[in-house]
Amino acid sequence: MKLNLKVWRQKDRFSEGKMVDYSLDNVNTHMSFLEMLDTLNDQLIRNNEEPIEFDHDCREGICGQCGVVINGIAHGPLKNTTTCQLHMREFKDNETILIEPFRALGFPIKKDLKVDRSAFDRIISSGGFVSVNTGQAPEANSIPVSHDIAEAAFDSAACIGCGACVATCKNGSAALFTAAKITQMALLPQGKEERSHRVLNMIAQMDKEEFGHCSNTEACEVECPQGISVLNIARMNYEYNRASFLRSKKR
Amino acid sequence: MKLDPKIPNGPLEEKWSNYKKTAKLVNPANRKKLDIIVVGTGLAGASLAASMGEMGYNVKSFCFQDTPRRAHSVAAQGGVNAAKNYKNDGDSIYRMFVDTLKGGDFRAREANVYRLAECSVNLIDQAVAQGVPFGREYGGYLNNRSFGGVQVSRTFYARGQTGQQLLLGTYQALMRQVSKGTVSLYSSHEMLDLVVIDGKARGIIARNLETGEIERHDAHAVVLATGGFGKIYYLSTLAMGCNGSAIWRAHKKGAYFASPSWTQIHPTSLPQSGDYQSKLTLMSESLRNDGRIWVPKNLEETRLANDIPEEERDYYLERRYPAFGNLAPRDISSRAAKERIDAGYGVGALKNAVYLDFSKAIKEQGQAKIAEKYGNLFNMYEKITGINAYKEPMMISPAAHFSMGGLWVDYELMTTIPGLFALGEANFADHGANRLGANSLLQASVDGYFIAPYTIANYLADQIKVGKIGVNHPEFDKSERDVKEKLNELLKIKGTKTVDYFHKKLGKLLYDYCGLARNKRGLEYAIDEIRKLKAEFYRDVNVTGDAGTMNSELEKAGRVADYFEIGSLMCYDALTREESCGAHFREEYQTEDGEAKRNDADFQFISAWEWPGGADKVPVLNKEDLTFEFVQPTIRSYK
Repeated sequence: MKLNLKVWRQKDRFSEGKMVDYSLDNVNTHMSFLEMLDTLNDQLIRNNEEPIEFDHDCREGICGQCGVVINGIAHGPLKNTTTCQLHMREFKDNETILIEPFRALGFPIKKDLKVDRSAFDRIISSGGFVSVNTGQAPEANSIPVSHDIAEAAFDSAACIGCGACVATCKNGSAALFTAAKITQMALLPQGKEERSHRVLNMIAQMDKEEFGHCSNTEACEVECPQGISVLNIARMNYEYNRASFLRSKKR
Repeated sequence: MKLDPKIPNGPLEEKWSNYKKTAKLVNPANRKKLDIIVVGTGLAGASLAASMGEMGYNVKSFCFQDTPRRAHSVAAQGGVNAAKNYKNDGDSIYRMFVDTLKGGDFRAREANVYRLAECSVNLIDQAVAQGVPFGREYGGYLNNRSFGGVQVSRTFYARGQTGQQLLLGTYQALMRQVSKGTVSLYSSHEMLDLVVIDGKARGIIARNLETGEIERHDAHAVVLATGGFGKIYYLSTLAMGCNGSAIWRAHKKGAYFASPSWTQIHPTSLPQSGDYQSKLTLMSESLRNDGRIWVPKNLEETRLANDIPEEERDYYLERRYPAFGNLAPRDISSRAAKERIDAGYGVGALKNAVYLDFSKAIKEQGQAKIAEKYGNLFNMYEKITGINAYKEPMMISPAAHFSMGGLWVDYELMTTIPGLFALGEANFADHGANRLGANSLLQASVDGYFIAPYTIANYLADQIKVGKIGVNHPEFDKSERDVKEKLNELLKIKGTKTVDYFHKKLGKLLYDYCGLARNKRGLEYAIDEIRKLKAEFYRDVNVTGDAGTMNSELEKAGRVADYFEIGSLMCYDALTREESCGAHFREEYQTEDGEAKRNDADFQFISAWEWPGGADKVPVLNKEDLTFEFVQPTIRSYK
């Protein structure tokens, strides 16, 4: 198949970017979307042009490094699928495809399709952990966790940190990402000790980064490759109110 | 050089405790005066960086990914082994030790393997405490599944994302230390050289991949936890960025490289579908618990899988290895698949695959149960192939997966360069000639959480008086100059072919001649062809852009330049090992029924290669003899 591509090119953080047109022949329908970009880059290098920078690594949908906006949709048209797991059979011959970086105030563009998602690291760093040092752990079976709780915690823990939730949100909010970690930890007995501190600190950090607020459009859940539920955000709000209430009582 | 593995004295069960009892310690007040560089943030690197940070050392943590959480440990699906014996099915530390040693075809050190099994129980405790949501029984206790090469259920799992969940636990521990200021994080940084001062590892030269800036970093000890180099085959189950450059550059500075040719070819990956393909997706080995592997009995079979009657299917693993059946170890399963595919029985459009069939398991356990165990894998399979594996069998094929080889390390995980340690897949230590499933996450974690924190402290105890190393030593000047020259050399060629063109050619050569089966003629041919391909690369590669900015092509070019040299060493390693053992199958050395023929009389040693001082010279072989005090090597049989 043949494709007409419009791709965001931007030299670096400080330059202005623009959409550039490319046409690509001989695209195989079994190619992944990133292999299609590889093929385009191969063509560019052969013409002595600079290839397009895009993020990717594992190419099996788990590392969370890849992610572009395809025809206005984060990770493209398939539901619950990262860009690397999207295949060209989802597109038509002669189709025009718009490829842009994940856009959000909290994710500055580094070059072409690569964005800076280090704000996510800072949010985790502010409290997304259990404070246990190496060697302190008790015997694993000494604290039972019911099957259903473990499965629910896993559902939240499955987030791969790709940032599609932020990219698709009209407010550029990181609520789903932050809420998923807060929920996982609040569900498990191991995480309960620090639940109040954690939620207050993580939300404070989230607000410090340039993410917008959640206005419950639920777009994030639709685009999330792991299908993380927006109920995590409800849980985060509950945890936040609970912690704020307890803190006010303490005063 | 005489290689001293520094195995502690005493009975097998007491060696590690004896070591810990006598290892030197660093007073808490002195720890913040000691700098440690940890390269890589997978399970091994991140767990070490976090653990050392918790103790109060001053840690610098580097990774080439944009965040530590993306390291390739994330991709391990099936599980992590531990000898907890929660299933009461006869497991023990000793049993796990024997399974691992035998699985590695008696080409690993007894003491290392025993320690791996011994520390496995602590790892599960640690991960659970961090909030890793392992699969559980309805009563709330941890569940286990069985895995290839063993007859007990000792594998802990978090659905099909065990690696991701373990890594997130470790990453969070790391980020906790970052917030406390004990660990400084350098994401999007690639180590390009090791700095050795007066024979000791004292720092690295790294390139900031976002800005192109070359940076100097000093430390009292340097730890490489940079993973495996299976991506050398181009088509592999590894992430695109996985590479061998950090350990290779350390090798060129004096660290011996052990058993480079021992690469595990994983039996359950998705087959290649075309030339454009960039990677082969792995389907977790855990699928073999419930899936049955077969090919048609008829050479000219054209029917769809579901239309082929039971009696016309060849369940070749069950036929050849009745005791282990579909759970035979990886090397044996991969070779058996290759044997059937080469004989013309392969399935799929390119006839390069075998079936993995769940119909029996679905009939017996119901689709819901299978979906709970492997749901995400079935979804992934459908996304990639468009096929619903609940309705028809999956098609799978062998793919390069894990490097058993790596930097030679002693019992303390220290390389032949004092102060340089190698952890996880980057070292060679515990898996022998073949790694058992679910031992990879284990080894990486155990190295980082429970072993290196003791052995590195033992080394650092003598470094307290050294004072700050600093980055002004002439060795830093020299390393930085070399790194910059190398980058400019690659950029100046401005030929006509892409980096990937060369990588694909090299990968094909290695897969054909230094892959699942090797022979003398093929290996000699490959050494020669690699030399020619490398010369062509330096004549005709086109690396676009410049060194002063973000430049993925330049990163790839540097890695491929190293791959030529690593590939060549792999061939030398395979050529000089005139026996078959584990994943290393020399066609000249096999039994009448096609099984590997080990030669303990002449090859019961680890090949540790020394850089000869130039790429045009023949590498120098050093041997570490393996002695088996506690378990006598037997012929490995899974029949």
